[in-house]
Amino acid sequence: MLKRRHSDSEVVAITVDGVAVEARAGESVAAAVLVSSSEATRTTPVSESPRAPYCMMGVCFECLMEIDGVANRQACMVQVAPGMRIQRQLGARDLRGAE
Amino acid sequence: MTVPFDIAIIGAGPAGMAAAHEANSLGLSAVVIDEQNAPGGQIYRNVQRVIAERPEDIRILGTEYACGNGLADGMQSSGIKHLAGHMVWQIERDGTVWCSDGNKAKRIQARTVVLATGAMERPMPVPGWTLPGVMTAGAVQILMKSAAMIPDGPVVLAGSGPLLLLVADQLIQSGARLAAIAETTSFSHYLAALPKLPKALSAMEYLKKGLQMRRRIKASGVPIISGISGLRINGGAKATGITFKAGGRTHTIAAETVLLHQGVVPNTQASRQLRLDHGWHDTQHYWYPKTDVFGATSEEKVFIAGDGAGIFGAMAAEVSGRLSVLQIASHLGVIDVAERDRKAKPLFSEKHHHDAIRPLLDALFPPPAEILNPRDDATIICRCEEVTAGDIRKAASLGAPGPNQLKAFLRAGMGPCQGRMCGLAVTEILAAALGKSPVDIGAYRIRPPLKPLSLAELADMDTDPGTVTSSSL
Ligand code: FES
Repeated sequence: MLKRRHSDSEVVAITVDGVAVEARAGESVAAAVLVSSSEATRTTPVSESPRAPYCMMGVCFECLMEIDGVANRQACMVQVAPGMRIQRQLGARDLRGAE
Repeated sequence: MTVPFDIAIIGAGPAGMAAAHEANSLGLSAVVIDEQNAPGGQIYRNVQRVIAERPEDIRILGTEYACGNGLADGMQSSGIKHLAGHMVWQIERDGTVWCSDGNKAKRIQARTVVLATGAMERPMPVPGWTLPGVMTAGAVQILMKSAAMIPDGPVVLAGSGPLLLLVADQLIQSGARLAAIAETTSFSHYLAALPKLPKALSAMEYLKKGLQMRRRIKASGVPIISGISGLRINGGAKATGITFKAGGRTHTIAAETVLLHQGVVPNTQASRQLRLDHGWHDTQHYWYPKTDVFGATSEEKVFIAGDGAGIFGAMAAEVSGRLSVLQIASHLGVIDVAERDRKAKPLFSEKHHHDAIRPLLDALFPPPAEILNPRDDATIICRCEEVTAGDIRKAASLGAPGPNQLKAFLRAGMGPCQGRMCGLAVTEILAAALGKSPVDIGAYRIRPPLKPLSLAELADMDTDPGTVTSSSL
């Protein structure tokens, strides 16, 4: 869905659902996930409908993801850091927190 | 000993940064609390790094964007405290501000508060707007600024407003593939805007920029379809394009990325939490906290600067940030009224200049009725709790008289975004269903915390109110 126009900035190694992803320094988690795949970043607890970041500025809460074991974080408001573990939140798992 | 700050400034966009400058030059103690890691707000997002690391991108992002660099550098080199990466979750009328850095909650004492919390894009409820692949135009601009990212596949933009065209222009220059621009603006809007033109002529630079933008888009060959209606987004697991009506026929445009924009509105979450008096903008259909010319609100210690008090743009926001601080300085006895007025005079005329373009833009880009009150019952309004326009109309017929009662019926506005996405539409749908005005219907009551915070953040809080003050930060 997205691509980087420059690729010369420092690589930050993260994982998304256990898969290694190369992010770049300064990117938000939401940006790094969107550039790696165009799939939904979560599904809703109510009807499991697919969602992805909508506003990128912290107001819509569509980008909720599990980051380093903490569920329901706004991925557009968190910058990537080396070794960060990111999980999609699928369906009602969201309510219980991640496994 | 507790020494409160003279001013707590919430937000580091143009209004907040300018307020910080002014406070610094008047010798007031101020703290700027901002959710982002670097100053700039959304309009000047990441500007310092862009200029340092990829200055060639200024050609695309614009010289106006580059102007933010001076404000950001200036604020950082001043004596003003900047709490970056701090989310404000409660503001009290006495000047107490509660925030968190993500690990630990903090309490900040100030004599006055300047809300510089800015604007957000109007949520655009159309069928399919929750699908992955759909974003706001502003969201993609944030990706361009913060991460040099653009959409990879074909893009379509839909809606109206200066930002829609600006983002289209910037995407074209960045090499993105635009399938089309579908705008709700039609010839009748130009006619309606015509009487506002003479006043707008005094702010010629805005008109020039708008015309240049349109010319560049035209020259690129990207089709612009005007006067569209009945917009819907196609797709199952993700967006595959849009369908709409224009010129008496139905159009379908395939795209992997759909960018929506229908103007910007004040972000009233903090002003609502403070229970400030709000008014309703009849042309642009948004709530704004009522302020005087200095940004003073219905609460003595609370001021609002910038687009959070009504949409006038970044340049006007800067001026209003300075004006608020001048008034605060005179209240605190740092300057007398004569000096306040002497300093305020050129600022008022500057503000007047930037405000002159607004009536034209407001008339040219009004939000269409079908966005305010979606006709299709299946359209999702509250994205968090998946409440549809039909659900809301049904609740109204069953006796829900306003947005707050609707929460009990449908949980609308009770999800993680706390009504930021559905609030305006809920007010409009109820108003239409019950035959009342939006002012009679009112808005969601907003309670702290403004954003969710964890128990761990609260548990680690410094409870001594003297811990975070101007003397110890
Ligand atoms: S994308 Fe909207 S809050 Fe993160």
